[in-house]
Amino acid sequence: MSVRVRVPTPLRKYTQGADEVNGDGANVKSLVDDLDKNYPGIKERICDESGKVRRFVNVYVNGDDIRFLQNLDTALKEGDNISIVPAIAGGF
Amino acid sequence: MAERLTTEQIERYSRQIMVPDLGGKAQMRLRDGRVLVIGAGGLGSPAALYLAAAGIGTLGIVDGDKVELSNLQRQILHATADIGRPKVESAARTLTALNPDVAVQTFCTRFDESNGAAIAKDFDFIVDGSDNFATKFLVNDLAVKLGIAFCHAGIVRLQGQVMTVVPGKSACYRCLFKTPPPPEEILNCQASGILGAVAGTIGTIQATEAVKYLAGFEDGLLTDRLLVYDAKNLRFREIEVRRDPHCVACGTAI
Repeated sequence: MSVRVRVPTPLRKYTQGADEVNGDGANVKSLVDDLDKNYPGIKERICDESGKVRRFVNVYVNGDDIRFLQNLDTALKEGDNISIVPAIAGGF
Repeated sequence: MAERLTTEQIERYSRQIMVPDLGGKAQMRLRDGRVLVIGAGGLGSPAALYLAAAGIGTLGIVDGDKVELSNLQRQILHATADIGRPKVESAARTLTALNPDVAVQTFCTRFDESNGAAIAKDFDFIVDGSDNFATKFLVNDLAVKLGIAFCHAGIVRLQGQVMTVVPGKSACYRCLFKTPPPPEEILNCQASGILGAVAGTIGTIQATEAVKYLAGFEDGLLTDRLLVYDAKNLRFREIEVRRDPHCVACGTAI
């Protein structure tokens, strides 16, 4: 399934600055693996060593938090919009 | 009943008193309101300026830093002549010059675990304009504990996030993000940069929320939603935030 992924500012160094990229996967887990193939290092920023989504990062499929869906097993459809939203700190 | 507005106050605030959703009653609530602004920086500057202009009765400003040349591109409370002075000093001077009606309380210190509760306890609303995760999570946890509503925000480069929390009613920041990222993963303004106007946009949203809260808007606050601003593409998006019954800060399930 080809989907659109919105990349937050802190992860754009992996996507050569792109704020939106295409990805592919039957579910969120395979999408993250696919992203890491094209943008090496990005998976490590989204998932921890055990493969779970990090606690300061949220992933949304068409605006819905995957924690309230099937987490990384959430199925994707062609054309879904995925957002990765990490906590950001600045204010200064 | 509360004291009436003076003729001068009615004229000063006439353009917002005219707004049907506000009116004179809301203006009296603002005058009797107390807002704490944490950080007199990129977010705190525009927030405090609009809050002072709007006639908030008491504005608390917490910041332990001194003004630096590189602050001035976004921290509009401070001027070139203030370089080297404590930020709370230039903040108080700017705010008082704008509106002498406002009682400005300054706390020339970093808001932390040792002083946070004592500083925050008498305020009705907190604008979190801090620049680091430790303070942001502390503000959340303290505000939830003390039952003080607040508006959280974070900014970096051309992006911002903002969300209001009403303890006991809406999701808190920890319902959204469980823990701060490790230090090596953090992009801050010092290392990553920020466009001043992006801080301005987000800081003024925080001021708007403070005014709405004090004025008694029951609905319409930026609660249970994270507003994400991407200035590069000039897009605003909203992400729904649900209250987590197991949240370590505000959870109701034991």
